[in-house]
Amino acid sequence: MTSTLAPQPETELKAALRVEDLSLSYVVRGIPRPVLRGVSFEIRPGESYGLVGESGCGKSTTAYAAVRYLPRNAVITAGRILVSGDDVTKMNDEQVRQFRMRHVSMVYQDPGAALNPTTKVGPQVAEAFTILGQTKRDAEASAIKALQRVQIADPERVYQRYPYQLSGGMQQRAVIAMALASDPKLLVLDEPTTGLDATVEASVLDLVRSLQAETNAAVLLIAHNLGVIRTICDRVGVMYAGKIVEEGDAAAVFERPQHPYTLGLLRSLPRRGIRKSQRPLATIPGSLPQIGADLPACVFVDRCPLATEICHTVDPPPIDLLGGGRTSRCHHIDRMGELREPPAAVGQETAHGELALSLSNVSKTFHQSGHDVPALVGVDLTLFDGETLGLVGESGSGKSTLAKTILGIESPDAGGELELDDHRLGARSMQRPTADKRSIQMVFQNPESALNRGWTARHILARSVSKLTGLKGKAVNARVDKLAADLRLTQRHLDLKPRQLSGGLKQRVAIARAFAGDPRIVVADEPTSALDVSVQAAILNLLSELQVENKTSYLLISHDLGVVRYLADRIAVMYLGRIMEVGESENVFRGPNHPYTEALLSAIPNVDGEPEARIRLEGEIPSPANPPSGCVFHTRCHRFIKGLCEVVEPPLIEVEPGHLMKCHIPVEELRRLQAKARQEDVVLTTPPEAIEAAAAAGSDAPA
Amino acid sequence: MVDSIAPAPLPTPAPTTGTATMSERSRARREMLLVLVKRPAFIIGLIVILGWIVCAVLGDKITPYDPFNAFFLPGHQPPSAQHLFGTDRLGRDVLSRVMVGSRDVLVVAPLAALLGVGVGTLLGLVMGYYRGIVDDILSRVVEAFLALPVILVALLTLVVLGSSSIVVVFVVGLLFAPIVARTVRSAVLSERQLDYVTAAKLRGETGLFILSQEIFPNVLGPTVVELTVRFGYAIFTVATLSFLGVGLQPPSPDWGLSVSQEYANMIAGVWWPTLFPALAIASTVIAVNLNADSLQSVLNE
Repeated sequence: MTSTLAPQPETELKAALRVEDLSLSYVVRGIPRPVLRGVSFEIRPGESYGLVGESGCGKSTTAYAAVRYLPRNAVITAGRILVSGDDVTKMNDEQVRQFRMRHVSMVYQDPGAALNPTTKVGPQVAEAFTILGQTKRDAEASAIKALQRVQIADPERVYQRYPYQLSGGMQQRAVIAMALASDPKLLVLDEPTTGLDATVEASVLDLVRSLQAETNAAVLLIAHNLGVIRTICDRVGVMYAGKIVEEGDAAAVFERPQHPYTLGLLRSLPRRGIRKSQRPLATIPGSLPQIGADLPACVFVDRCPLATEICHTVDPPPIDLLGGGRTSRCHHIDRMGELREPPAAVGQETAHGELALSLSNVSKTFHQSGHDVPALVGVDLTLFDGETLGLVGESGSGKSTLAKTILGIESPDAGGELELDDHRLGARSMQRPTADKRSIQMVFQNPESALNRGWTARHILARSVSKLTGLKGKAVNARVDKLAADLRLTQRHLDLKPRQLSGGLKQRVAIARAFAGDPRIVVADEPTSALDVSVQAAILNLLSELQVENKTSYLLISHDLGVVRYLADRIAVMYLGRIMEVGESENVFRGPNHPYTEALLSAIPNVDGEPEARIRLEGEIPSPANPPSGCVFHTRCHRFIKGLCEVVEPPLIEVEPGHLMKCHIPVEELRRLQAKARQEDVVLTTPPEAIEAAAAAGSDAPA
Repeated sequence: MVDSIAPAPLPTPAPTTGTATMSERSRARREMLLVLVKRPAFIIGLIVILGWIVCAVLGDKITPYDPFNAFFLPGHQPPSAQHLFGTDRLGRDVLSRVMVGSRDVLVVAPLAALLGVGVGTLLGLVMGYYRGIVDDILSRVVEAFLALPVILVALLTLVVLGSSSIVVVFVVGLLFAPIVARTVRSAVLSERQLDYVTAAKLRGETGLFILSQEIFPNVLGPTVVELTVRFGYAIFTVATLSFLGVGLQPPSPDWGLSVSQEYANMIAGVWWPTLFPALAIASTVIAVNLNADSLQSVLNE
């Protein structure tokens, strides 16, 4: 294919991907709406480049443009895209086909959707090799090798599986195996770990890193999670409104941002152990511009605290900082120091109030086609007035079931008891008196689905107020106005329907609804995971303000440990429906920890770089229908004690005041082991004995 | 009938409907209408249907001849300048009869479709929301009905009950209900999983409230589409029943009836009293389906 095109200058040949001044518009109803406004960057072979930015900034469009995989209404208005020197924008259909076959590969966000559900995984991977001209038998052998290469332990078995029989992490590995079949020069990863659990995410990221070193392919990674970018990428480009506003070495950009947007983005993250009692999170004022909006010279000017006259009239060029490809498009780099973090809040530390809610021996067993599937097993938990209890654990650990049981959406098994203040709670929400219903309310993960799209925000709030408080007429309107004011919603917002509100505004309406009846307890299930980080910061600030004002208790479910650390006073760690550890937030983050917590904490991709010691959990969460014997975590535990852990289930005991753990290893021993691991910077994995024991118990098979 | 095609306003049970809400809603409706009228298929369908409605409403005021008055014209005259569509076996003007013939079908078919969609929606809402035993029982009944050919059941019922327009409306309407019920049920099934339904339960709303006020407005789109689609089928079914002799009775100028009374003469080369009513049926069904398609794609956008 190269031969059909004119030879390129040598400098361009060096780059695996070179995007030059790319401008692109989507034509909607005949009107071109600019999405990319002159994007330029370069990825050298073997280098990994991350594009970050909030939704709608154009990062995915850039990635899809690089593989010529754009929707029909996309028009490239200027610029070139060179992959190994060939201009992607000028290829005809056959050239594009050849180009995708041999030179680029893409890995998508949802591996379940990327694999054909009706074909076994093996033949799908083999197909990637037959396309390249291998015979059927060779392709089969290559597929097995490819599955091995992505560290699938038992490739022959996985070969015969259908995609639905594999976990998300395994599916993504299979997709990566296919992507690598052609030995591509450029590998584009679009949010490759977004739908995965933190522990699985960590192992997939490890895999990507090791494969990249091995193949010398250039990687373009799109992710909204800055920690993922930091973990994988050598260099990073920060995008805003279709422009790369800052670019450079990943560590340098994240540690010393030189653009007000990058700085704002990083400061809005709850990181470095910051807590709600210390200070509110920084937010970026204003909101992202609409796609296709007419923008001033500097795209960020409307939200920038440093903006002056020149920013409105002159488009800032990429200013070279300290060489090494570190650039920033800002007129006022010298004034970055003027940007201060929000002042520390005073007296926000929530003192423990009275006991609000207590759960004792709560279990929940689902019955699925004749099998008993225990989702909660003997959970004891307390929640005090005005505190936040963070609930963490991988998906399938029972967090959501616990929340649903507290809310009365699911009824607990006989024998368990839920007490609010001094009285027993009805098993189902409908059996509870209105006073109990208004006491426990919920904020959902996805504001899209949580609000009735046929109703206006005002109607949504008014209905909850009148139903829960019994207020009538003007009193309802007054209460709605008060709620709106508390959540910084304007009268205009109240008259809009959900689809006319941004994600952050929708979530505010949903939070206002939960607070309609002055609740004692609000269950928040991943309240910010569907939101961009700058919006997340505002929501977290509001939640913590509301808590101080109303002395509300939160049960916070989140996979984002930064969020949990910021908001939670205490943390409970769940695994297979059991509480493995519960304690004061700072104690849990400082350690010593239950080995499972230890692994969770070290798995989180951190925007501040890798933690000292890494622990990689092997295998999948066992099926709750067939839990391992003894300690349920023993099949994946890196501190497994043979002969004990797989036999006896440890009790949940208090290891220090208010800190409970369910582990056989004495706390002093854990403290010593974990301190040692931190010093030695070792990678701990599950010992073979544990895997053997698990295999003997026959419970390691993924569901 | 135009009402059944135009996007229906959402019934918003708002105790606090402000002016902004009204203007917003009417703006959305206007936008959708604008998109609709930009589609040629929709415009063609609309013109054809409006044409037939004009014929039905004005009836013999605009027909060139009296559609019922026979005997003083010679029978089976081929199309000519005087009789553009010719005359039928009794010497009646075919053009006049085709024009007036729209009347019955345009009353009976929409009523049957409305009844079918009304009953079907109710069933679908209940089945989809309550699930469990209610859904199991109703679903089996619905499936039993779906297994029977519509025309056959309608034919038998009409023979037993006797044929009048009212009976035709009820029979066709009720036979359509199970089909509608299934469509609405599946829409409700995906709707009830959304968190706003959980939120409503958590504040103690009754099932009736959740169904009528929360879910129903959100499944109105598919319901309206179903109404237009059923309307097309109803025209066809009513015409078929008339053709089979159990629908409308002579001397009605109904299209299906006209076709059935004249098609035997096709062999003798007398094609006009059959062809023109048949074209009338076809044009109406196609027009309605054009509108249904446009509406569906606009709602899906």
